[in-house]
Amino acid sequence: MSRGSRSALQSFRAVAAVAAAFAVSTLLLLLSGIDPLAALGALVGGALGDRFALGDTVVKTCPLLVTGLGVALAFRAGVWNIGAEGQLLVGALAATAVGRACGGAPFPLPLLAALAGAAVAGALWAGIAAALRVYRNVNEIVATIMLNFVAARLLGWAVHGPLMEAAGRYPQSDPIPPAALLPLIVGRVHAGVLLALLLAAASWALLFRTGAGFRWRVVGENARAARVAGFSPERAVLEAMLTSGALAGLAGAFEVLGVTGRLFEQLSGGGGYTAIAVALTAGLHPGGVTLAALFFGALAAGSGAMQRVAGVSAVFVAIVQAATLLAILALETPRPRRAAAESR
Amino acid sequence: MTIDPIALAAATLGLATPLLLAALGELVAERAGILNVGVEGLMLAGAFAGMLGSWASGSPTIGMLCACGAALALAALFALWVVVLDVEQVVAGVAVNLLALGATGVLYRAIFGQTGSALTVATFAPLAIAPGVAALAPLRQPLPVYVALALVPAVWFFLGRTRLGLRLRAAGEAPQAAESVGVNVGATRTGAILVAALFAGAAGGYLSLAYSNTFVEGMSAGRGFIALAIVVFGRWRPSGILIGAWLFGAASALQFQLQAAGVAVPFHLLLMLPYVLTLVVLALTSRDARGPAALAQRRRLSAAAD
Repeated sequence: MSRGSRSALQSFRAVAAVAAAFAVSTLLLLLSGIDPLAALGALVGGALGDRFALGDTVVKTCPLLVTGLGVALAFRAGVWNIGAEGQLLVGALAATAVGRACGGAPFPLPLLAALAGAAVAGALWAGIAAALRVYRNVNEIVATIMLNFVAARLLGWAVHGPLMEAAGRYPQSDPIPPAALLPLIVGRVHAGVLLALLLAAASWALLFRTGAGFRWRVVGENARAARVAGFSPERAVLEAMLTSGALAGLAGAFEVLGVTGRLFEQLSGGGGYTAIAVALTAGLHPGGVTLAALFFGALAAGSGAMQRVAGVSAVFVAIVQAATLLAILALETPRPRRAAAESR
Repeated sequence: MTIDPIALAAATLGLATPLLLAALGELVAERAGILNVGVEGLMLAGAFAGMLGSWASGSPTIGMLCACGAALALAALFALWVVVLDVEQVVAGVAVNLLALGATGVLYRAIFGQTGSALTVATFAPLAIAPGVAALAPLRQPLPVYVALALVPAVWFFLGRTRLGLRLRAAGEAPQAAESVGVNVGATRTGAILVAALFAGAAGGYLSLAYSNTFVEGMSAGRGFIALAIVVFGRWRPSGILIGAWLFGAASALQFQLQAAGVAVPFHLLLMLPYVLTLVVLALTSRDARGPAALAQRRRLSAAAD
């Protein structure tokens, strides 16, 4: 199958899956005794209703896009990185620590240092799970999930301890100095959004235009065949996981440096898990990840309005995510591995 | 600083029970070749349905049945996807988790509104075992704790000593070979998924009906994921799983005791203890660990590769 018809098929699957997800969700709302029109109306209004809603959608899309890219890269290499959440949190932690430590230097040095610190921290955090898998045969699903919990506790410790605000009242850091912050472009939309789009383009180029990306994809398709062809699956796993973690770490940096301006515990709101739905809905393609992140970002922005206006819990979004995933899976054309390898 | 060993033992038993139940169920599924990352969601659904059932009926036993039933329904959906549609098991499991999180949250809000006050329901009381003997105090646990312990040898016997258990293990080790000698791999795996769901639902019911005595959104709090780790840690054996669940329970209990004893280590770092311990133990023991050969493999794909 040609690449064009493949991506057309994937787009069709994604649109059909989203439609099915909304149909199922509407049904569930009806069953719960909630007026679906009022609820979904509030959802759409909160996501797209006016300039502020649109801005909110874009801001909420940003971390989903960057973590979604990371998850897609890892999954392409055949590593189940369920740890974007933890990698995002340590990235946010590192960005805050670095930004506060060197915030006195002239812009944009503190910002660049904070971004670099976040990427390294995210990569190292993912690197723990990658090393455990490669050198100690530890299942990466279990390892990344455990590391998510450890990262959340680490963040909790930081904002109750060394990074706690000087006033000592709330478990949050003091504001990050302006020289380390991402400039705002329009409204609440920050420069991290542009960087996120650049990262999407870079991820595409990495995956489809470099030798490393090719090796990752071969390993992800069939590790045994890759080894026969002289590609080391271990090396691919390490490289893809480090890259994946760096992206998630950057997503964390974008949140603290572009949105919140300081560090606190409930920073991510499960975005690292949503990233998995984003990546899979997109068929693990960086271009698709951009669109899927926009969709899930709009859902996240709209869910707040839905809770305020229609009294439907914001976790309703999780149902839409689940239904989208299940529909995508059900619509997947069965393709044996051999045929899949030839179609590239 | 003093640590009370009796209180520690009692807390360990209590904290280990939901992990033990969920991990034993996951063991049955994994030995049949099914990796269900959705245990967490099944537990959460069980916790919510258990609370709901007990609230409506006033009986924790009926609540527990509701807990198992809710997990069973959710797992039937999972089975439809991974057995019939033969999709990627990890992804379907992630969807189950999201679905449970969303459904319990929306239903809780729809049924109980947004009252801040914690809802309390009829729950399992601790059994009166030797009320006068302080040394036996850890044994005064609610009934599900004992049921969970009894299930350890039961699962061992089922997997290792029955024909059905043998067929189930064959489906997890060599599905094609099993199929060729007349084992219905699809049906076997579906059965294993549903049995595992009963265990995970009971684990959730235990949380709301014997441990926390209420429901809180997202109250499974990662225990389903820890159960996945315990199955690996226990090397896919019931006895190993019991040790893993107790070890993890003890680490959690110790962390509470250290906190209560006012130890100088920051609270959040103590909270890390069970997770870090799991990682360290897995790093030390996984080198030659080998799970069921066909675990999490899609049948159509592996058939094409052979």
